[in-house]
Formats: sequence, structure tokens, C-alpha cells
Amino acid sequence: MREPRIGVYVCHCGSNIAGTVDVEEVVGSARDLDGVAVARDYKFCCSDPGQDMIRADIAKLGLNRIVVAACSPTMHEVTFRRVCQDSGINPYLFEMANIREQCSWVTEDKGKATEKAKSLLGAAVRRVFYQQPLETRKVSINPSALVVGGGIAGIQAALKIADAGYKVYLVEREPTIGGHMAQLDKTFPTLDCSSCILTPKMTLVGSHPNIELMTYSEVDEVSGYIGNFKVKIRKKARFVDEKKCNGCGICQEKCPFKADSEFDAGMGKRKVIYTPFAQAVPNIPVIDREHCVYFLKGKCRACERFCEVGAIDFEQEDRIVEVEVGTIILATGYGVFDPTPIYQYGYKRLDNVITSLEFERLVSSTGPTDGKIVLKDGSAPRSIAIIHCVGSRDKNYHEYCSNVCCMYSLKYSHLIKEKIDAVVYQLYIDMRCFGKGYEEFYKRLSEEGVFFVRGKVSEVTDEAVNEEEGRLTVVAEDTLLGSIIKLPVDMVILSCALEPQPDAEAIGRLFNVSRSADGFFMEKHSKLDPVATMSDGIFLAGCCQGPKDIPHAVAQGLSAAGEALSLISKGEVEIEAATAVIDERICSACQICKLVCPYSAISFDEEKVVCQVNEALCKGCGACVGGCPGDAISLNHFTNEQILAQMEGMLL
Amino acid sequence: METLTPFKEAVDVVLEAGGEPLRTCYQCGLCSGTCPWNLVRSFIVRRIIHQAQLGLVDFESEEVWQCATCGACVKRCPRGVEIIDIMRALRKVIAEVGVAKVPDSLRISVKNISSLGNPQGEAPEKRGDWAKDRDIRTFTEGTDLLYLSCCVPAYDGKIRRIALATTDILNKAGIGFGILGENESCCGESVRKSGSETVFQSLAESNIETFTKNGVERIMVSSPHCYHSFKNEYPEFGGKFEVIHSTQYLWELIKEKKIEFKRELNKKVAYSDPCYLGRHNDIYDAPRDVLKSIPGLELMELPDSHEQAVCCGGGGGRIWMDTPKGERFSDLRLEQALEMGADVLAVACPYCMLNFDDSVLTMSKESLIEIKDVAELVQEAI
Repeated sequence: MREPRIGVYVCHCGSNIAGTVDVEEVVGSARDLDGVAVARDYKFCCSDPGQDMIRADIAKLGLNRIVVAACSPTMHEVTFRRVCQDSGINPYLFEMANIREQCSWVTEDKGKATEKAKSLLGAAVRRVFYQQPLETRKVSINPSALVVGGGIAGIQAALKIADAGYKVYLVEREPTIGGHMAQLDKTFPTLDCSSCILTPKMTLVGSHPNIELMTYSEVDEVSGYIGNFKVKIRKKARFVDEKKCNGCGICQEKCPFKADSEFDAGMGKRKVIYTPFAQAVPNIPVIDREHCVYFLKGKCRACERFCEVGAIDFEQEDRIVEVEVGTIILATGYGVFDPTPIYQYGYKRLDNVITSLEFERLVSSTGPTDGKIVLKDGSAPRSIAIIHCVGSRDKNYHEYCSNVCCMYSLKYSHLIKEKIDAVVYQLYIDMRCFGKGYEEFYKRLSEEGVFFVRGKVSEVTDEAVNEEEGRLTVVAEDTLLGSIIKLPVDMVILSCALEPQPDAEAIGRLFNVSRSADGFFMEKHSKLDPVATMSDGIFLAGCCQGPKDIPHAVAQGLSAAGEALSLISKGEVEIEAATAVIDERICSACQICKLVCPYSAISFDEEKVVCQVNEALCKGCGACVGGCPGDAISLNHFTNEQILAQMEGMLL
Repeated sequence: METLTPFKEAVDVVLEAGGEPLRTCYQCGLCSGTCPWNLVRSFIVRRIIHQAQLGLVDFESEEVWQCATCGACVKRCPRGVEIIDIMRALRKVIAEVGVAKVPDSLRISVKNISSLGNPQGEAPEKRGDWAKDRDIRTFTEGTDLLYLSCCVPAYDGKIRRIALATTDILNKAGIGFGILGENESCCGESVRKSGSETVFQSLAESNIETFTKNGVERIMVSSPHCYHSFKNEYPEFGGKFEVIHSTQYLWELIKEKKIEFKRELNKKVAYSDPCYLGRHNDIYDAPRDVLKSIPGLELMELPDSHEQAVCCGGGGGRIWMDTPKGERFSDLRLEQALEMGADVLAVACPYCMLNFDDSVLTMSKESLIEIKDVAELVQEAI
């Protein structure tokens, strides 16, 4: 190899770095280091003139290694690697020293910041000396995609990919697609009917030639890597033959038994053989094994007797289907916070304290009361309190804001006013009406005559202040009055938080997607890479990534589809060259590396009796290198030699 | 028209006194609605915090002394604001920086504690007098357990019954324990809550020194306030002792069959959770387990119990301040117990007993209900 000729560039980043770090001193310290041919500073190294300066030096001075001391490599490593590549230097012969996030931004002490910058730069120069050229590799992308979750986000993503001409497997856990949106009555702020805008989309999914819809199904296992995933899907036994069933509905009509309806949030009943709602897609019922009297006691089979096409199959078993896809979109949605632990709100303790989802079903024309807003005894409430932030913005439950509750709570007052003209109190902490048309909706609702009380409710009791006006009492401080206020109401609606699905952790593990502190799936970058994950080829859409309203869920669904389509259309993808390598001569087959690898990138070769690294899956984290007791694993771009040199550079 | 301007220097003084948590408050008012004061009179906790955020607290106002540090608001606060710390900081600014006057009764109590080791202003030599007629030894190195009665039972002839019942049980069970008599002094818990941090710290330091010098390792207390202070606050000053509340200790003795019940107690007993045993230290079961194990005794739950329990009004230094009739939480609590038809309102805290005894007297309910410590009920049945 040629004698290293290193070019060193120290960036001012305007005053971001130069304001705290003595840039000239740092440059000066690099000039005398081993192998350094040139050292310069520049106002913005990432700018076009900055890049040109490096290119010109490479050509003129015959540089063959480059170090830039600037911001974090997550910002601009890719920029400078490209500069190197353009000028004929292997991108792995580039090294970056982070003197912004790690120096100038963490102290106001100029002396200390400058010393640390010198030390980090020295380390980078010493390290780059030993870096090796590496080749990136390419893998092909299977053009089929998997979408997990058939709520509005998953539906939009699936339709977009399918419309572009590619095969989509859409897996949904429930017997029908539609998700939470199907349970809602009207949507804010336009008040259009939720199912009227949703069901056409559902029908499209059901009939799309490119979509293979698997409802009442769950993903069991995922293996492989970007472009080449293998997925095992469990099609749970419906006890109804999907091919024979014509959806006539006679089985549901004749079934003599009932159970609580999940779709109606427990407010109503459904048959034991059922489709969750009339417009379900597919229109094929399932038998609820837990409540079916035939399964419990061995007698009944009424559905089977009446089915004209012989579609009932009590012998049906779960079936595993294996599919191969190149990209995966997770759109697994959210769960609704159960307010029972908030003792003082009386949920499940006091009659007529209900959750927001229960109210959605109550007010829906397809709900258990045909849309009549009634109390438990069937009478109409004269006054209703809507309590905001139940389980949200609360350290004891969820610290985050659930984003949608202010708006749906406003929507409720409109629906109540329209249907029964009851007195409505909104008990809020802050009104958050941030979306397009939302503030206008707030104004409109204010004009409809709703009482707004700013304060977090401290208690709901059944000790009436005044029976004439209401049987429950809501106690809060009206923080604008600075007085305790007691509101007599007949009904209390708890605007419950949106929370991660109860099995989010397991789903995360299955797909190797991490979660943020709030429990929702974590995107790669909150601003600039909002639907990608740290697992290449797996994208997020909708509320599984965080609480959001329908427009945002839809936008994310389309965005995730765009990410998948971009990969599909490119056909192949470059993968990182900094991967682990196992020296098969040393490997003792202990398989510890396989245990510690967080990306399932290591497999055991039974024939050769050694472990092997799948380079497409390896993220170069180095866990296996540390784990290997025999020193058989090294990490490209992070060899012992390179790391020791880096430490030397820092310490000397 | 009155206009206000935030007063940054005043904010800084409060922050420096330990009021840091006030920054986290987002002014939802849940604390005001939760505070038991609003059952009897207006007390807008949120407003005080907001005034503190802007440096506009009226230090002359009696509101600063209102909080009984029951912790109901803290338990529910959505931002986890340590509201008691804020109140403590405001009081510290008065008591130690001197921006206003400390109420007389409180000032005298703290002064008594500071000079004599007890709020009543009694002679330290008399502290062990309650034990005179009993076979109670002085704690010496090697004694298994130190029993601390709290100042109230030590000097108050009426409340003494807590200490007597407790030590009688210990003697019956053959437990090796001792007291420190004149060498004991106030734990300082309520002193700290009323803002006299310096007095509290010197109490803590001298108590730790006394305990260490005498070779104390395990301490059994009758007061949840002592419990809280020894267990959660003394470690800050290097005092690490095993601290046990009497109800916990009694439950252990019952489980280990070291005490056996010989009599039935056919009484309906309502138990009132002391704030410093329940909310502050999550001890809800031990006192109930003890009561339930007494033959014949029927345990009743008050409408607000466990975490929801209503304070007797005696915490945060309020025990030394006068609360006008009509504004006493203990009256409300007593009414609840009477309404349920309880024969006994059981307590596990000398402050609760002091307040409830007083309520029984002022409400003339002597013929209807008795106030008893959990230990008294045990003693009656063995």
C-alpha cells in the first residue's frame, strides 16, 4: 500500500464550533502528526466550496486518506465519503472527528473544548492511518411487500404499493380490516362520516388483484434481511371455509348465543359466530371458540345446519403460510388506555362514566343504541362532562400528549348538541388544536355554546350537588377562576389516552424494531427519517409509531409505501461494509456470538461446525467481537489495530 | 388598576430554599381539587405554586402555613411535582430568611423543640416518666430494640396510652427492648415540614449521635412521622437504622405467635390511615392485618381509605397550630366513622389520636365512639 498522505480539515461550522473551539490551534496541532500532508480549517466544510477545497487538495497533493473534524458522522459522514469516492479514494479511508456535539456544544469552557478537539482529531488521524479500503455490497430487493395491520394506515400503504403494480400481503389480526377508524362515528374537523370514507377503501383492498388479504391472522416468525425477508403467518382457524362462504349471514342470524361485541367496545352484544360489523371485509364470519356452545359443551351446530353452502368447518385448524417479501410496513395501531386504575374518576365503579371509545359506539348509528345518546337506564342525559387528558400528560400513566383527544372531545360536544342538546362541559388543561382547520373547529364549537372549564378533574362522585341537574358530580379547580367548581352531570366521558398495543414489545422483538421511552415503535430519525426504522427494509405507519390523527396516519401510510416503492423500483440496495468477519480456523463453535447478536445475523454451519456472519443482516455493532472468547471475530473498519491506534492518538 | 410584574429575585430565594419542583408544574389545578382543605374552606394550591413561579407569593398570608403535607396531591399530580417540597421552601424563606412572621404557636413549638427536645416545653428529665410504673428498662448496648414513643405520648397524659399499650404487649411477648428516656428528643419531621431546616438538621445530627453512641440498630416507633423521618430523611445525614412501625412489629409478633389472643373484642372498628404511614410510606396492610387477626373484631373501611384517605389535619406542623372549629378534617373523618356505625375509630399515629380525641370531645360524641391506637386494641385482647 502507498505511504499514507493524510488531509486534515477542521470545520468552523459558522460559530457552532469556532465560537468555543480555537480552530487554528486545533489545525496547528494536526500539522506535525505522522502522515499528515496538509491541515486546513474552513468555515463550512460541508458546503460546495468546502468540498471543492478537499477535492482540489486530493488532486494536487496526492492525498490518499482524509480526516474531517466537524459535526457528528450521522450528519455528514456520507457527504465526505462521497467527496473521497469522487476523487478516487475508497470511502472507508475517511474518518470524522466530532468536535461539535462532543466539544463545542457540551461546554462553554474554550480551553477544555479546544483540548478535547485536539485529542479527538489526533485520535482520528492516528486511526485513519490504519484504515483499510472496503467494498460495499449490493443485495436485490424482492418486489413483494408485507403490511402488518389493516387499519387506515395499513390500508393506504397496501393500496399504494398494490396500485403501483406490486404484490402486497396484508395481515390483520381481527376478522376484518378497518381498525379503530371503523369504530368511529364522525371524523374531526369536517364531521364526515368515518365509515362512509373508510369502507370504499376497505372494499378496494378486498378486491384488489395485487393484494392478498389475510385477516384473523398474525405474523409468527420473521427471518432474513432487507430485500429478502421470509415471514411465517398464522391464519387462525375461523371454523368457516373462506372459499365456500358466500357471506349470506344466515349463520349469524340463527346462532342462538351472544357475547360482548369487541367492535362496540363492550357496549353491545354480537352473536358467537359473527362478522364484527355489516361492512366487514372480508364478509366472512368467524366462530368465537371461547363462547361457542358447541366447543364448550359439544352441542348446538345451528350455524352448520342452516349454512346452505356447507362452509362451517368445526375441524378447521390454524394454518401457517410462508411468504417472501422485500419490504415490511408495520401499521399495528394503538390500544386505548383503561382508566380503571384512576380510582377517583370512578370508571367501572360509577354508572354512566364511560370511555371515549365507548361513547363513539354509543353515538354511532351502527352502534348498540342506533346512535341514541342514553344513560344506562335508557334515559337521555341532561348534562355531560368530557374529561380531557385521561391517562395522557400524566406521569402516573403516560407522560405524552395523545394528540387527538382535544379534537375528538370537541367533536363529541357537537354530536351531543346536535342530537340531544344537553349541557356539555369540556374540562381541559390546554386546548391543542394544531392541525389544518382544527382551530376553526374549536371556534365553531365555542359558538355552539359549550362550557369550557380549565382544570384537571380531581374527582367524580355519585353524590349529587343537585339531583335536578345531574346525578354525578365532577370536581375540579377552575384554574381561570381560581375556585373549586362542582359540576352536576348525568354522564361523564373520559377522553382516554392512546397507548402502545399491549403486545407492542413482542411485535417489536419479532421485527427487530426498537421502541422509544413511551413504548411506541421508534423511527430512525424523528424529523428526517420518520417512517424508517433501524432495521433496514422495515417501515412504520400510523399510531404504532405514536398517537396521531387520521390525516397523519394516512400520510405516514403513504410515506411508508413510498419508501418501500423506492426500494422496489431501485431493485437492489447497497449494504454497509463495516461487518464482522469470523476466522473459521479459530472459531471453536461455542456459538456465544449467535446469542449476543441483536440482529440475528449469525448462523451456525452444521457441516463446517463454525459460525457464519450474514453480511446483509450485520450492522457492525461489534457485540460478537466482544463476546467471542477465542478472539476469532474481527470487525471490518473497527479492527483492534484501528481502535488501539485511535486510543493512542487520544492519550498521547 | 393593579398590575403585577414577576419578581425574579423572589423566585430565586424560593428555588434556593428547595423550591426547585415548582418549575415542573403546568397549572392543571388537580392539586387544588384533591386537597382536603377544600372540603372545609378554600385553599388553591395551584395558585400558590403559580405565585411562586412568578415570585409573587404573599408571604404574610396564612395560606403558606395551611398545607398539612398529607401528600394526596403529590400522589396524583400528573407532572409528579413534589408540592410538599415547594411548601417547605416557602416556609423556609419565612422561618430562616425572615421575610415574614412565623405564626406564634408554631414558632414557640419549634423553639421548645430546639431548646428542650419537645414541642410542649417540658423538662427533658421528665421524658421517661410515663414508663415509671412499668417494668421498662433503659436501652443499653446489646438491647435488641429501641422503642421511641414520640413526644406526644411521652408528655401528654391522655395520649400516653399508646406507649403503655405498646410496651405492655412487648413485655408480655418477652421482647428485649429499652427506651432512652431523657436522652430522647423530637425526630424533627414536622419541624422540617414547617420550614425550620436548620433546627431539623441539628436534631437529626444529635439524634443520630445518641443512637450511634448507645449502639442502636433497630428502632420501633409509634408515630408514622418518626418512622418517615428516621427511615427516609436521616440517611441523608448518615443515620442508617432499621426502622419499624409498631403496627408492622405487632403483625410480626402475631404471625410468629409470640402473642396470643385470649379475649374476643366484639367491636366494629374503622381504621383511619395516617398519611405518613399510608401515602408517604405505602404501609396499608400491616395495621389492617393486625386488626383483622383480633378475634371478634369487625374491621370497617371508611369511604376514603388507603391512598384516598383523608388527613386528620395534623401534619406539616399543623399539629402545633390552631385550626378553627368547622375547619377540622378530623371532624369530617369522625362523622364518617359515626355514620358507618363504628364503635371504635382505630388510629396508628399520635397526631391522629390527638386530633380525633379532640373532635370526639368538641363534638360531644364520647358516648358513641372511642379513639384507640391499634396497639391498645391488641392489648385488650391478649
